[in-house]
Amino acid sequence: MIAILNINWQTLADAVGLGSIYALMAVGIGLVFGVLRLVNFAYGQLIMAGAFALALASQWGWPLWAGVLLCFAVVVVLSALMEVIVFRPLRGHSPAVMLVATFAVAFLLESIALIWFGSLGKIAASLAYLQRPVTISGVDVRKIAIVATVVAVLCLVALVALLSRTSVGLQMRAAAIDFRTARLLGVRANRVIGAAVLISGVLAAAVSVLLTVQSPLVTPDFALRDTILVLAGVVLGGMYRLGSATLGGFVIGFASGLLGGALPTAQSQYLPSFLFAAVILVLLIRPQGLFTRSQQQAVERV
Amino acid sequence: MSGPLLELEDVVVRHGAVTAVDGLSLQVDRGEIVGLIGPNGAGKSTTLHAVMGLLRPSSGHIRLQSRSIAGRRPEDIARRGVALVPEGRRIYAELTVDENLRLGLAGRRARGDVAGDLRRLYDLFPVVEEARRRPAGGLSGGQQQQLAIARALIANPDVLLLDEPSLGLAPQMVDAVFETLTAIRDRGIAVLLVEQRAQRTVALANRSHVLSNGRLRLTLEPKDADDTQTMVAAYFA
Repeated sequence: MIAILNINWQTLADAVGLGSIYALMAVGIGLVFGVLRLVNFAYGQLIMAGAFALALASQWGWPLWAGVLLCFAVVVVLSALMEVIVFRPLRGHSPAVMLVATFAVAFLLESIALIWFGSLGKIAASLAYLQRPVTISGVDVRKIAIVATVVAVLCLVALVALLSRTSVGLQMRAAAIDFRTARLLGVRANRVIGAAVLISGVLAAAVSVLLTVQSPLVTPDFALRDTILVLAGVVLGGMYRLGSATLGGFVIGFASGLLGGALPTAQSQYLPSFLFAAVILVLLIRPQGLFTRSQQQAVERV
Repeated sequence: MSGPLLELEDVVVRHGAVTAVDGLSLQVDRGEIVGLIGPNGAGKSTTLHAVMGLLRPSSGHIRLQSRSIAGRRPEDIARRGVALVPEGRRIYAELTVDENLRLGLAGRRARGDVAGDLRRLYDLFPVVEEARRRPAGGLSGGQQQQLAIARALIANPDVLLLDEPSLGLAPQMVDAVFETLTAIRDRGIAVLLVEQRAQRTVALANRSHVLSNGRLRLTLEPKDADDTQTMVAAYFA
């Protein structure tokens, strides 16, 4: 199988790297979905904004750390604005209203980027050296694959610690299960949602940095395709649990990386079609998601 | 400070066109249990939801220590010293017993002596300590009810609202729950108890209001508990 698809260790490492980045995006989307029951379609545009921040910093000749700092600041501030201006006033409306609102935000941000930066985009090249390979026991592995995997693992470990060890983490988990009861116990909705949105923003900023290494050309539709794939992955894994959503993100990224490396170049434009066909197939068989235990739980939370 | 701890005055709550609570007035003071009984749909739970901020009364006043709380957010009301043990217990089945309990800390106004309060709760509900690390979903119905009450009490509330705490429990557990309520009253907490078990409630509570169609029809005292005639008359008034 591996021989037929022409997969080597390098492709495998790249696939793990891409899977890690997508897993981070899935956590970011899943966290907000948990507390707001809102699929934030504009998540990709947050990442795009962070990527433009990196590109601008690199154009202005800022040192790397300053660029990364700017990226985090831009994405976190945008996340907070999104929460205060859009999510909070619409809270309690139907999920359909909220979803459409995030579509609007997505297109708004993309249009702003188009007006400010043009459709040709900018180059974020300050981390380009991570594209170069290192040789590990005879196998060439791009540094970004390693960095992405390590960053994702660290972020996930930190997040698990936060969710399981801190009181705001416990409150976020409770709110994701039953928000009304949490509020009755005195859990402040704004605090829990604010925390989820901020963490999700920090993750988006980390993804901005990692994705600009993968593709240094930053255009207004940067990360759009990735977001759609991740959303499919999140649904594939099971939206209603953060763990399964994350795993779903990883799987779709991994599969995407594997197929991208394996398919002949001429065919690679059909890659998303293959992936979505696979997603549809899986959902026909397991509508509750690939990694959720029972269907009942998935339905119960709706 | 003057005035009762919790006071409802002419409270009206509407669900769309239906008036669920129609001009209800009642008071609960420190160290008192006040019962709310009546048939299904009488407006008992709706009253608790209005106090807790889940529903906004369309008119009337709800005061906590003489300050209006009507229309405030549930989390703010919880953090002012009102705790609700909701109908169906609403335990987080997939979280541990200890995590469920710690969620109750969110409503606490001052950190204070959490460890000491935990100790007293464990004395009242030994199962909550024994099963600390187990998923709460594994507890029996009665144990979950104890956990739900413990979770409300860890917030150190002045007012405890209970929505049918004996629902679905084995008779032995019902006894345990009613005994617990006496212990809670004796701590100086104001208890507002919604129940289907009318006779037991009337026997336990300092006074019990009989609601039907959202109106207060009759107020019974413990001495009325054995007088079933009065009870029946009250129900079908």
